[in-house]
Order: sequence, then C-alpha cells, then structure tokens
Amino acid sequence: MARTLITAPATAKRGEVIELRTLIAHPMETGFRPGADGLLLPRNLITRFSCRYNGDLVFSADLHAATAANPYIAFFTVATESGTLSFSWEGDHGFAQTETVSLSVT
Amino acid sequence: MRRLLWLLLSVALHAVAQPARRSGFDDMSPSTQAMQRDDAQNPAMLWAQDGAALWARAPSPSVPACAGCHGEARASMRGVAARYPAYDEALARPIDLATRINRCREMRQGAPRWAPDSQELLSLESHLALQSRGLPVEPPADVRLLPWRERGEALYRARIGQLNLSCAQCHDERAGLRLGGGLIPQGHANGYPLYRLEWQGVGSLLRRIRNCMTGVRAQPLAADSPEFAALATYLAWRDRGMPVESPAVRP
Repeated sequence: MARTLITAPATAKRGEVIELRTLIAHPMETGFRPGADGLLLPRNLITRFSCRYNGDLVFSADLHAATAANPYIAFFTVATESGTLSFSWEGDHGFAQTETVSLSVT
Repeated sequence: MRRLLWLLLSVALHAVAQPARRSGFDDMSPSTQAMQRDDAQNPAMLWAQDGAALWARAPSPSVPACAGCHGEARASMRGVAARYPAYDEALARPIDLATRINRCREMRQGAPRWAPDSQELLSLESHLALQSRGLPVEPPADVRLLPWRERGEALYRARIGQLNLSCAQCHDERAGLRLGGGLIPQGHANGYPLYRLEWQGVGSLLRRIRNCMTGVRAQPLAADSPEFAALATYLAWRDRGMPVESPAVRP
C-alpha cells in the first residue's frame, strides 16, 4: 500500500465549488534511466488517476513518464449531494490503490 | 560559573553583527516555496505521516513503542529536534537525531538499528522534526560541545577533494552566486530531513553533505564518523536562531 495524503473539505454547501488535492508516494520510474549497475531500471509508473463522486466519474488523468515522483494532483468539483469521493490510482505491475473520503453537503 | 560564562559568551557572539542569513527557502522559486508552505502539497508529509505510525507502533509485542515511553509526540517532542546534535555521555560525542533514534531503538526496544537514510529512519525523523517546525534552532549550551564545534568549523573551512574546495569557499564566500545553473545557497541545515526535488525523495543532512563531498571529488564522510558529528554540531551552531523548517522542500 502506497502512502497517500488527501485534502478535501469534510462539509460543503450545495452547489459550492470544492478543491480536492491528492498526493501519493510513488517512484514514477520512467524506464529510461540506468541504475547503479548500468542496466535500465524497469518502468514503474502510475498511468491513470480517477476520482468518482458517488460513483460518477468527475475527474480523471493519464500520467506518463514525464510526471515527477510522488505525483500531486489537484482539481475542482461541484458539491451536489452528501456521499463519498473515491480516488483511484492504477499503474504498472498491477499497481492499484483506492482511497475514499466522505463529504457531507448541506 | 563556567556554564554562566559560556552563556554570556554565546549571547555576546550572537549580538555580533552577521551578514544577513538567508535560508535556502528565501531563494527558491515561488512554486517550490508554495510546495513547502502547504502541507497538502509537500511530499515530505508522506514521510512524516509514516513516522507518526512508526512512533505509535511497537517493533515487537514485548517492548514499548516510542509513544509508550514518550507519549504524544506533539507535546513531548516539541522543540527536541531544534536542540540536536546534542552531547551523548555514553558515546562521548555529539549525536544527531537519527543516531538518537537508533540508540533508543537498540537500548530500549532491543530492535536492530535502521540504516542511515533508510525510509523508516527518515520517516520517524521527519515526524519528530515536524514537532519543532517554526521554533528557533537552539544548540544546547553544553561546554562539552565546544571542542566539537571548533573541530567542525575547522572542517568547514578546510579545503578538501581534488577540486581543493572548502565548504566555506562556496557557502560563505560565494553564496548567492551561481554554480552552473544553480544558485549557491548559504548552506543552512535548518530544514533537514527535507524533500529534495533532485532526489525525488526525502534525505538527511548526511546525504546532502556526502553529495557535496562527492561533488568536490573528496572521500564522503561515513554516518558514524566523528567528523560528521563535528560538522553537524558546527552547522547547528551556525544556524542558531533560524526557524526549523523541517520537513522542508528544496530544488
């Protein structure tokens, strides 16, 4: 399990634009760099990030080799109803992680 | 009496006008500064978060966790990182926070020491350093540290390596100028352990110093060498009064 930091408001007013910020620990190895032994380090990237709000996709991104390690992704969505926000990262070698936070809308 | 004299001396030295000290933070790009200011963006917080978990978890069921003896780090560890390196009676030399953690692990928890710059050690160190963030660096007024500090200053001013450069030649005399494309900082150690964009990870002061030493083609110092202890003691003295920034971000 990779370490993650998610910054999201716990409550919001209906119709309010909220900022969601995520950080995940990941080496984002490009596959182009040689290691100490001169051989290429195998590629190890997060290739896809997505955020679902009560099951609906509200944001997604494809990540590539030029993304720095420990990628930070921040985006906005509109608070419509109380529920859960789930954040998923998928990548090479079967990497998959999902974190959820709950949001209550008044 | 000696202690009092020492205190007076240090106050007097403090008052002597120094060239304006600039933390590495002051010369970073606004976006890197924003990364350090905002905990949600600072990747070092991933390490600090891990460190909080390590603080609460016992290495084996029969021994206490760090929290078992020290309690809540937020209260008990406030200001601690700002006072290291401190003199250790048993080893008869100054030790840094990483060594302190490892000593505690060996003696109180009966657990093996962590390798220098290992993920666990950096995490726990970041968690502890975070509790002192914003407090001034405050090297202990301990007379036993004096000879170490002097030795550290001598090392700081000694030319080393095939390039025959001393720390002082870059970080005192040429600070603010450029080396290649990069700005030469004043070399303050008030943000360690820190997240370096070049490393894409958190690293210790030891790693940074070894980095510089390899750069001037010198033999890098070992983690447990007396030279490193002396140099770290001097650097803490050089930074006294500056706010602890750990876990900082640097380019």
